[in-house]
Amino acid sequence: MITIRDLVVSFGQGRDAVHAVRGISFAVAEGESFGLVGESGSGKSTVLRALAGLNRNWTGGASINGLDVAQRDARLPRLVQMVFQDPYASLHPRHTVDRTLSEPLEIHGIGDVAARVEKALAGVGLGANFRFRYPNQLSGGQRQRVAIARALMLEPKVLLLDEPTSALDVSVQAEILNLLRGLRAAQRLTMILVSHNLAVVAHMCDRLAVMNRGLIVEEMDIATLRREDPKQAYTRQLLLASKGYDREAAARLVTYD
Amino acid sequence: MSEHAAQGWRARLLSETPCSRREAKLGQAYRGWLQFRQNRLALLGLAIVVALIVIAVLAPWIAPHHPHEQNLAQRLLPPGTGAHLLGTDEFGRDILSRIIYGARVTLYIVVLVALIAAPIGLIVGTAAGYLGGWLDAALMRITDVFLSFPSLILALAFVAALGPGIENAVIAIALTSWPPYARIARAETMTIRNSDFIAVARIQGAGTGRILFRHVMPLCVSSLTVRVTLDMAGIILTAAGLGFLGLGAQPPMAEWGAMVSSGRRYILDQWWVATIPGLAIFIVSLAFNLLGDGLRDVLDPRQKK
Repeated sequence: MITIRDLVVSFGQGRDAVHAVRGISFAVAEGESFGLVGESGSGKSTVLRALAGLNRNWTGGASINGLDVAQRDARLPRLVQMVFQDPYASLHPRHTVDRTLSEPLEIHGIGDVAARVEKALAGVGLGANFRFRYPNQLSGGQRQRVAIARALMLEPKVLLLDEPTSALDVSVQAEILNLLRGLRAAQRLTMILVSHNLAVVAHMCDRLAVMNRGLIVEEMDIATLRREDPKQAYTRQLLLASKGYDREAAARLVTYD
Repeated sequence: MSEHAAQGWRARLLSETPCSRREAKLGQAYRGWLQFRQNRLALLGLAIVVALIVIAVLAPWIAPHHPHEQNLAQRLLPPGTGAHLLGTDEFGRDILSRIIYGARVTLYIVVLVALIAAPIGLIVGTAAGYLGGWLDAALMRITDVFLSFPSLILALAFVAALGPGIENAVIAIALTSWPPYARIARAETMTIRNSDFIAVARIQGAGTGRILFRHVMPLCVSSLTVRVTLDMAGIILTAAGLGFLGLGAQPPMAEWGAMVSSGRRYILDQWWVATIPGLAIFIVSLAFNLLGDGLRDVLDPRQKK
């Protein structure tokens, strides 16, 4: 479904260029949920933004369902959508929920707007009375539900999730993750989930890749993660770090390059 | 309307669950109004501006005399003489009537300048800020050129080239007043263009025009509204200045700046001829400033306490 070959993403030009992603390849099968894990600055979100077409400064190959992402195919919006990390920044502050959800339908000339909007709201567990609220009348979790509903308005096959719960309260995180799991099963979505939280990835994904400094360190399935049996030293360190702060462990941290 | 019905209205406007987009919008507006109402001075400004509009619209019915009607037997009468509440000028024209008709000219200038300058500034600024690159550089250098002229002098040059008259004064003022709006709109756009909700619109397949008009511009409009309202005073003063120099409204049109100018010759003996239109300019300018300050408290979230 998704193939990435030798993807290199750089910011800036010439000698000041920063290579955020330095040549990675992976493939995600249809219906699969794939996790991208790494520390801040490892380039995991950059991969996602390149796939979504937000960043065009990259080389290599990326295709989704046979469509080349570099070609800006007009069919891509109806195939791939994205949910962002911060629900406070991803909703237009002057648009009601109704307007936010109708916008993709209007862009693509899809009719039956009112019914689709109400159905989408129900699909993410929000009642019809949320339809004409502004984002400032919603909580963080409700906003993220609206953002998920918006991503699904065009009935995409692929959903890109950029840390979809890390800006939310712990109690709300589980709700959103369960909602995403349910939606994935109901709509047979292919997902790429970017997260620094191994527990979230273990809960959501079938397979994952660990990134460090713009490279994929290791790919493994969830069973390996649950057994805590990775091959690479970096991944072992990441696992250790994810268990919480430990003075001795912190003292032994090594920078892998 | 009964007390009960009024309460129902208010509850519906302040409801957290509006039933349509229009109701949601009205609710937002009503909340803004409730906040605006706290500011007494801004309310005073609004009242004066509304009064100006009412006076301008109803001028033919409320003015006691025709503004151009001369009566040389009754020239330079002091205020309160006979039928002339604010006295008469050097041609025996009723000053009150001329002030009332002058409100039309002032409003005409202010509204036209705002309608021309604000959209130009908005479009130039958002396009430059959103598209960036060479277009940004080109548009902003043009803006800089216009910004570096003192506005009254540039207006003078335009009027000198196009000929005196109220329409040319409006064009001249509009041409000199859009650059600050372009600057504001560009600065706002730069902070908006990298936000996630714009990224979402792009992923959804929205074109550049759609993003500019439907996503970026609505967020620039409020700070621009505040700025335009605050600038109204400056526009009125520039128009009056042009009128005073004889390059704006032409006689016998009743324009406040021109009235001050013609009253200047009698300022020592017949003070009211120049003072009364001067007071009118002062009051209306002050009202627009107060209104703009109040609007800023409501519309500009960064200024909120």
